[in-house]
Amino acid sequence: MSRVTWVRLAVVAGALAALEAACRSGLISPHTLVPPSVMLATAAKLLQSGEITADLLRTLRNVLAAFVTAVAGGFFIGVVLHAAPPLRRVAYPFLASYYAIPVFALYPALIVVFGMGDLPIIVIGFLFAVVAMIINTLDGLDRIPRVLLKTARVMRMGPVATALRIKLPSAAPHLFTGTKLAVAYSFIGVIAAEFILSGAGLGYAISYAYNNFNTARMYALMLLVITLVIAVNLAFYTWEQRLLRRRNLR
Amino acid sequence: MIRRALEVFLFLAALTALWQLLYLVSGDVALSSPRDTAIAAMELLIAESFWRHVRETFSAFGYALFIAAGGGLALGLGLGLHRLSGAVAEPILVSLYSLPKITLYPLILLVFGLGMSAKVAFGALHGIVPVTLFCMNAVRTVNPAYLKTGRIMRVSRGAMVFTIVLPAALPEVFSGLRVCFSLTLLGVLIGEMFASQRGLGFLIMNAVGLHDVRTVMAITLLLAAFAVCANSVLLMADLRLHRRV
Repeated sequence: MSRVTWVRLAVVAGALAALEAACRSGLISPHTLVPPSVMLATAAKLLQSGEITADLLRTLRNVLAAFVTAVAGGFFIGVVLHAAPPLRRVAYPFLASYYAIPVFALYPALIVVFGMGDLPIIVIGFLFAVVAMIINTLDGLDRIPRVLLKTARVMRMGPVATALRIKLPSAAPHLFTGTKLAVAYSFIGVIAAEFILSGAGLGYAISYAYNNFNTARMYALMLLVITLVIAVNLAFYTWEQRLLRRRNLR
Repeated sequence: MIRRALEVFLFLAALTALWQLLYLVSGDVALSSPRDTAIAAMELLIAESFWRHVRETFSAFGYALFIAAGGGLALGLGLGLHRLSGAVAEPILVSLYSLPKITLYPLILLVFGLGMSAKVAFGALHGIVPVTLFCMNAVRTVNPAYLKTGRIMRVSRGAMVFTIVLPAALPEVFSGLRVCFSLTLLGVLIGEMFASQRGLGFLIMNAVGLHDVRTVMAITLLLAAFAVCANSVLLMADLRLHRRV
């Protein structure tokens, strides 16, 4: 491992140790924050007893569904917008300001349209993630070097071959960024929707523990969610770095 | 210019038509029609009580934006200039960015208590990371020739930051601020939705509880209109800055 990684580990470990010390010494009241070791122990207990397995699986399934539909839909919409510049020019300010709109406000409407259950939550996750994918697809398609497209024309490549051999590989880094953001936003959307509005899932479990003053359980669940999201993101980050490195070498 | 306006108009008309269509499909319980929503929005706009909530939300938003932008700039500048800390912090910041921050809301409430400070903290928490990341990357990728020229001309370290690094990084930093603007607003609103007795987020949640679809949609419409207008202005400034370089 490189020096930077070690320093990073040391920083994170130091922060955790400081937190632990502050909690144990009573500097931070136990009603505000429980020590990280207690969070970890409670989380392990929760996982072992299996009482949150159903919530966990449910959240993961919803995130996965939101992610897959958002990546496919966002890519499709991005391609369409790229092919129609006037439409794109008009739609862009809306896309750029999209994330300031509280999508959750539409949840009651979504329940009526899609029924109770997981579908409205998946739709919120999708709505959250799809725009990041659209914007990055547009970015990626913009960055295709003109020379390559011209070369393709000179070589008389068909539209399908051009798309598969030139457009897709050139846009790939941006598409990857979009995918990465879509993962993050699917998590954010699904968990936030569960948190505010739903009656099941990890987000709900946290809010339930909070409302019942069950601080230890709440922090354990928070730790679980955070670890889960960071693990997924780190996996994507490492994968991306590897892809980029391979590209530079080639 | 006229053509541009026409395009925007057509787009809005298409959106409204889509909305009307959804309304016809799903009925009164789920959505209110564009016409009803516009009327409800008008009613809100002339009501004195509505503006009290608006003021509440926007003062929280103002503080949060100030903290997020200022803190993010300072942090990003520091991390961008110091290579090792930047490399150490980047993945941590990226993970922080992708966290469902709403899970941290109980923590914020326990630390700051109910009320204004919790909202501000939550909004700032949403906004600070993108500014930091954009600013850090912008500072890192400043053309080395500028820095070399500065060194040759014996520009002092402080002057280097203000006369070379910041102006060169400005377009990227501005893009970061634009993202920060949207996310901070969202953060403040979510904060109000979950635990607050005042503000637009509270109004929405209250209306959701009362199943007052019209009000929910009217407030969302007004917020969306504000966000889109503000973002269009920022986007225009952003494009201009990027073109200048």
